[in-house]
Amino acid sequence: MQASPDRMSPQVIRTPSASAMWLRAISMTSAAMLLASCNEGVLDPHGPVGKAERVILYDSTAIMLAVVIPVIVLTLVFAWWFRARNSQARYRPDWEYSGRIEMIIWSIPALVILFLGGIAWTGSHDLDPPAPLAGSTAPLDIEVISLDWRWLFIYPHEGIASLNRLVVPAGVPLRFRLTSTTVMNSFFVPQLGSQIYTMPNMVTRLNLQADQPGTFEGLSAMFSGDGFSDMRFDLVSMGSEAFKDWVSTTKAHGGVLDTSTVAELIKPAKADGVQTYAQVSEGLFDRISLGSMATVSPQRGQ
Amino acid sequence: MFGRLNWAAIPFDQPVVMIASGTVGFVIFCVLALVTIKGWWPYLWREWITSVDHKRIGVMYLLLALLMLVRGFSDAMLMRSQLALAAGHAQGYLPPEHYDQIFSAHGTIMIFFVAMPFVVGLMNFVLPLQLGVRDVAFPVLNSVSFWLTAAGVLLVNASLVVGEFARTGWLAYPPLSEVAYSPGVGVDYYLWSLQISGLGTLLSGINLLTTILKLRAPGMGYRQMPIFCWTALASNLLIVASFPILTATFAMLLLDRYCDFHFFTNDLGGNPMMYINLIWSWGHPEVYILILPAFGVFSEVVATFSGKPLFGRRSMVMATMAICVLSFLVWLHHFFTMGAGADVNGFFGIMTMIIAVPTGVKIFNWLFTLYGGRIRFTVPVYWAIGFMVTFVIGGMTGVLMAIPPADFVLHNSLFLIAHFHNVAIGGVVFGVMAGISYWFPKAFGFTLHERLGKAVFWCWFIGFYLAFMPLYVLGLMGATRRMQHYSNLHWQPLMLVALAGALLILLGIALTGVQLAVSIRQRERNRDVTGDPWNGRTLEWSTPSPPPAWNFSHLPQVDRPDAFWAMKQQRGGAQNRNVKRTYETIHVPRNNPTGFYLAFFAVLLGFSLIWRIWWGTGLGLLGAIVVCLMQAWRTDTEVEVPAEKVAAFERLHGPKESTV
Repeated sequence: MQASPDRMSPQVIRTPSASAMWLRAISMTSAAMLLASCNEGVLDPHGPVGKAERVILYDSTAIMLAVVIPVIVLTLVFAWWFRARNSQARYRPDWEYSGRIEMIIWSIPALVILFLGGIAWTGSHDLDPPAPLAGSTAPLDIEVISLDWRWLFIYPHEGIASLNRLVVPAGVPLRFRLTSTTVMNSFFVPQLGSQIYTMPNMVTRLNLQADQPGTFEGLSAMFSGDGFSDMRFDLVSMGSEAFKDWVSTTKAHGGVLDTSTVAELIKPAKADGVQTYAQVSEGLFDRISLGSMATVSPQRGQ
Repeated sequence: MFGRLNWAAIPFDQPVVMIASGTVGFVIFCVLALVTIKGWWPYLWREWITSVDHKRIGVMYLLLALLMLVRGFSDAMLMRSQLALAAGHAQGYLPPEHYDQIFSAHGTIMIFFVAMPFVVGLMNFVLPLQLGVRDVAFPVLNSVSFWLTAAGVLLVNASLVVGEFARTGWLAYPPLSEVAYSPGVGVDYYLWSLQISGLGTLLSGINLLTTILKLRAPGMGYRQMPIFCWTALASNLLIVASFPILTATFAMLLLDRYCDFHFFTNDLGGNPMMYINLIWSWGHPEVYILILPAFGVFSEVVATFSGKPLFGRRSMVMATMAICVLSFLVWLHHFFTMGAGADVNGFFGIMTMIIAVPTGVKIFNWLFTLYGGRIRFTVPVYWAIGFMVTFVIGGMTGVLMAIPPADFVLHNSLFLIAHFHNVAIGGVVFGVMAGISYWFPKAFGFTLHERLGKAVFWCWFIGFYLAFMPLYVLGLMGATRRMQHYSNLHWQPLMLVALAGALLILLGIALTGVQLAVSIRQRERNRDVTGDPWNGRTLEWSTPSPPPAWNFSHLPQVDRPDAFWAMKQQRGGAQNRNVKRTYETIHVPRNNPTGFYLAFFAVLLGFSLIWRIWWGTGLGLLGAIVVCLMQAWRTDTEVEVPAEKVAAFERLHGPKESTV
């Protein structure tokens, strides 16, 4: 008596159609959701870096979908057509090799990857975070320090600083240097593009630009402890005149950012409110990033 | 006396924890009481706890994984419900210090104590049967491996009640995991439980690797080895090569934490980036350790239920081994955003994509195995087709993130979370579920309930899409991982959809329990008397279900991959394969309590180290050494099964001539 597989068969017929139906429903909802997501986040970029990255996202997804969708369809079609009860389907119990098909199934993914590999190589060079952005205007230097759990932005040439709010001129390349007084964080403004880690005793570099005035949410994209979820800030982009005004207003009001202020700032605190500093002591960022100040690695309580 | 341990370590003030652990404690108490009242201890001790039979150990691994799936999934439910609530100004019901432990525990448990024991359990059960041998190479070591894993499980779960778990994420990146930022015992729980279970995994890898390389049925060369064994070979090679890296990395972090070293600290020349590189040189091979055996399961399932051999077997083997090697050359793609520079990022991006080539080939191989088949839509086939559809999507998003500039905006976002759940659930979980329903009759002698099995599949399948497609979108909208609350109210509807998906998966897990219960009640109806319920192709189906302790009364002679299929073809049917033969005395390994005792002392050692109870540390270490020495002097390691007993078993359970 041969093992009888037939008792499994009655449910055969409904399967692929049901899953096809689900697949259609799912792809439609996900398309709707994708449309919804186009109004914010990385699919709604407001700077050259983010825009270039969106192009890469779209292009490479399209290239891959050209293979992925046929594969999904073929899986369902083959499974459906070659179901045990379909007497029209030709059963080939010994068919296990075809050199021609093998050739094709190695080439298809290889070609796709050849293509995408090119995108990856050129993309990682063109969009390398430290690479300066093309532009006629001179870049604005900004120094970023991640604290527990706040963001400190220093404008070295203007001699001012801002806590938890990053004000930048629109249309001007922004040249960031970043470090951390605490654990690792990741500096990320989704609508401008690339993120980069901030690390203690280490300087990372990043170049971004906001094309138009506007307010864009920034955040830490690397878990850093209990206050992590509130480690958010607004990046406010404004016209050059407005930015100049902001700089001079900031210079006129507010306190001094020096070693003793920093010593207060590095104590763990939830992000709360915005603050500016009219004066910043020279070389503060370098002293912090070199670890030569006793700022790094304060003990967090139990 | 008790180091840092005192009553304050038990979180009496946290109702969620106390209720959860109280319930678990009560259930454990009831089970233990039942076992005691019914007098099942001698049976459990004899047949399971001290058993060195690879089949029993495999089943225990799978049970452990199922149990931990429930634990890990309750963490998932807590996270999903928290994020469904904590929008705008709402803070949800889980404060950060609690939520951070939950996501850390979820990741740790799901990878180390669900996925790993699932995969190791399947390999344990299946490998010797498919290879046509009587046990693994080192049966006692196998039991030690299992019990060390169980010791790790016990420690991780103890952290729920006594003390706290790590609040660092599942990989415990320094400097966050250093004493300066995580002074509590949470990270110590994490490190010691993984050191202990990691040792078990490494020993198991050595064991299974030796089994594949040195013990195969007569005539079975590598070219005749079933495809699941090939994927297991690749997976165990990776275990042996990568787990020492994990152990060494954790050892360095432990030295930092316990002995004031500075490998990864912020000060005195420590470098956290070193840890991140090291942990991912283990971490990336780890994902292939998990997925390759799942690929093996699908290869067996698709071939068996299509009623034809696997298409392009040679390609499949080449692809498997290519993935095995390449998996060590891609670790940097986990931190493109650390600022390594364009050349380095570009190189690792391309290497990562190259892995997609052999993986893509595998998908096509399964596709063309279906082609020309006579497909029986059993539960394992549902999982296999669900996998093929789902996995290509996860593969696509993976390749997308392998492009460094794309990763610059997707790194650490919920898009990433969706991607790796897409391949972990769509690949590993689906593979394990397929494997369980496929080999269950072999292990227990009856098939699982079909309709309930299909219900379980649909819950997981639809639940997965509902739970994780919104996360892809949320990631694109700028939502990052591990956040405890968020201000953007647009995200909440998608979070609610994700919660609905998680609830559906919860239903699927509950139905698995129902399926098991119903199948056990109706076992007489679904009894597998042939040993070959699916018209299988490989050697495990030539044994009775369940197989005897010695697996094969005669070691099979093999000359091709689908050895059992060939036997059936040659002899015109399974029932005729039995020619009257004489039987010989067989030696099987004797039961051995070494694993259990070692685990006992390992738990004592780990727990004492975590709480800095130094006398306990000494006792645990000493006990473990004594147990090992006792094992080394043990000489009476085998039991004889006399030929008459083998013959009697074969008369009773073996293929019957009379049924012709």
